Amino acid sequence: MLSEGGSFMKGMAMGGIFCLGLSLFGSFSPATEHGPGEHHHHHVKAPSKDELTRLSDGHVLELVNQVRVSCIIMVQPKILVYWATALDTWSKHCDKAVFYTSESSKALEAVDLNEKDDWARLRKALKHAYENAGDLRWFFVAKATTFAIIENLKHLVLTKDPEEPFYLGNAMKSGELEYVAYESGIVLSYEALKRLVNVLEDEGKCPERGHALWTMSEDKQLAVCLKYTGVFAENGEDSHGKGLFNSKSVDSLITDSMRDNPTNVVEGCCSDLAVTFNEMSPNQMQVMMFGVYRLRPYGHDFHDLLVFEPPEGSDND
Amino acid sequence: MRNPTSNFIFITGLLTGFFCLHFLLDSNSIKGKRGHFIKHDHHQAEVTNQTPADKSNGTIRILCWIMTMPKYLETRTQHVRATWAKHCDRVLYMSSTSTDFPTVGLNVSEGRENLYWKTIRAFQFLHQHHMHDMDWFMKADDDTFVVMENLRHTLSRFDTEKPWYLGRRFTPFIKKGYMSGGAGYVLSKEAVRRFITGFQTGKCTHFSDIEDMALGKCMETMEVELGDTRDEKGRQTFHPFPLDHYVLRTPPRRRPWYMIYDFYTPIEGPGCCSDFAISFHYIHPPQMYVLEYLTHHLRAYGYRYRYHPDDKTKSNTTEHVEVQSST
Repeated sequence: MLSEGGSFMKGMAMGGIFCLGLSLFGSFSPATEHGPGEHHHHHVKAPSKDELTRLSDGHVLELVNQVRVSCIIMVQPKILVYWATALDTWSKHCDKAVFYTSESSKALEAVDLNEKDDWARLRKALKHAYENAGDLRWFFVAKATTFAIIENLKHLVLTKDPEEPFYLGNAMKSGELEYVAYESGIVLSYEALKRLVNVLEDEGKCPERGHALWTMSEDKQLAVCLKYTGVFAENGEDSHGKGLFNSKSVDSLITDSMRDNPTNVVEGCCSDLAVTFNEMSPNQMQVMMFGVYRLRPYGHDFHDLLVFEPPEGSDND
Repeated sequence: MRNPTSNFIFITGLLTGFFCLHFLLDSNSIKGKRGHFIKHDHHQAEVTNQTPADKSNGTIRILCWIMTMPKYLETRTQHVRATWAKHCDRVLYMSSTSTDFPTVGLNVSEGRENLYWKTIRAFQFLHQHHMHDMDWFMKADDDTFVVMENLRHTLSRFDTEKPWYLGRRFTPFIKKGYMSGGAGYVLSKEAVRRFITGFQTGKCTHFSDIEDMALGKCMETMEVELGDTRDEKGRQTFHPFPLDHYVLRTPPRRRPWYMIYDFYTPIEGPGCCSDFAISFHYIHPPQMYVLEYLTHHLRAYGYRYRYHPDDKTKSNTTEHVEVQSST
């Protein structure tokens, strides 16, 4: 009888240790849909409501803490009104927002990179952001002429692991090169930014003055450099496949939709969870703040699984 | 001394140990640093654009009547029909002639000088046909955009059997003021009755072409009260101009021309307008769809709005769990 009891206890101990071992191992490879390094899709979709509901509460909480965004906003004195507008509107929703300018302005503060060349300036800004990342793991790069809804950016990357290389936005193709358009904002995970900063040192792959024979726009330069590190551009989409990063303004997209989908203008236009718009005037950006963060029909509750708090000290959202 | 029974017991122990520890680990949720999540029961209705279920009253029936004309049906009115008019309990397009749009023919010629005649005829029509099945009567132009859910919410605090006249209050010409025509105005059932009575008894007449002001005069004569439709923070809900005329930041200044008439001191900048805004005017078709998109579609995921006047009534379907920061 005693020997059987002993057998049982030994079994229990082994089982317990095995279970512990499995759960520790499980927490090292976080629950992403794809295995590590297995990344050959060209689009990244926001999680659907079903996907999020299936996650445990503990897991959701982990993700909320992880998804903090550092905004890298490129400005110049010649777009001072946009600079001021970005400062007063969407950038307040970033966990951290740093403005990088080509030359200093007496009116507003920014990190003065003292660099006229667009590509060289972008390089410096990204390096600076990486070196000062702190514990932020997602990076959003945009000019002040872009309008962004950071909560929707967070929603898009919510279940993605920033230790994986992600390079997202409005993915475009130029010949063989797939790149993310600057105008609609560029999203980089920590891993992607890390690899980028490393390859920036390689003058052969990633020359500072660009390839001498022809000038490529800086967003394409970025794509070339990232490609060398095995990071590829991906299109950011909602769970229905609609693009989230727009190169045009809301007005422009609606006008297009009136022409292309006259019987279903709004549905055929833009995603409910759009992340960026471009070509909006500073005044339109102020209006967007009201339209996105204030105006709504009374009585609608979206039952979102997370809560993003409004920023402190802001009165237009 | 291994025998089959011993092996069997060992395996049983293995499984027991495994699952015991599994349950133990699972039930301890990881305490996070920041942020919080919502635990809710599995009744998660996806938000749709169907007729909104009334939360408080449940029975407010609103008739929207759109002042329009034949030449605008295709260029303007069809976009009203495609957007916000769908949310009215009943919508009537009032024009000089009846068409398959469908429009109600008022038998009045078109033209600015006939606007008040059209209005009088329109109310006579409404009084004749819809006093029994509708509670409130909203007039809008074919370039007015209305958020019906917010209108419904504002109307819920007024009694339709009382004489109420609601909208964007203007001061001049009429002692107590009148409501802007373009921003849209609403009459209670009692107000409509009094308007009709006024014309039947000759107390109200067509003394002017200026439709909104003239209506205001009749309301004053018939002792209909002008309601305050601003929200709890004193922000306006009805707007006679588009959003960019109000919400943009401006340094303190004298009232711009388009705010000269306002009865309540207007606020410029983000504090101008209620989150639950009801109407905007001078809205061209692309802007109709833009407003529809901004109001009913585009949002910031998970954003906790600053203004939620009745939070206490909301905590039935969601149990909000907040995790404290450990740092």
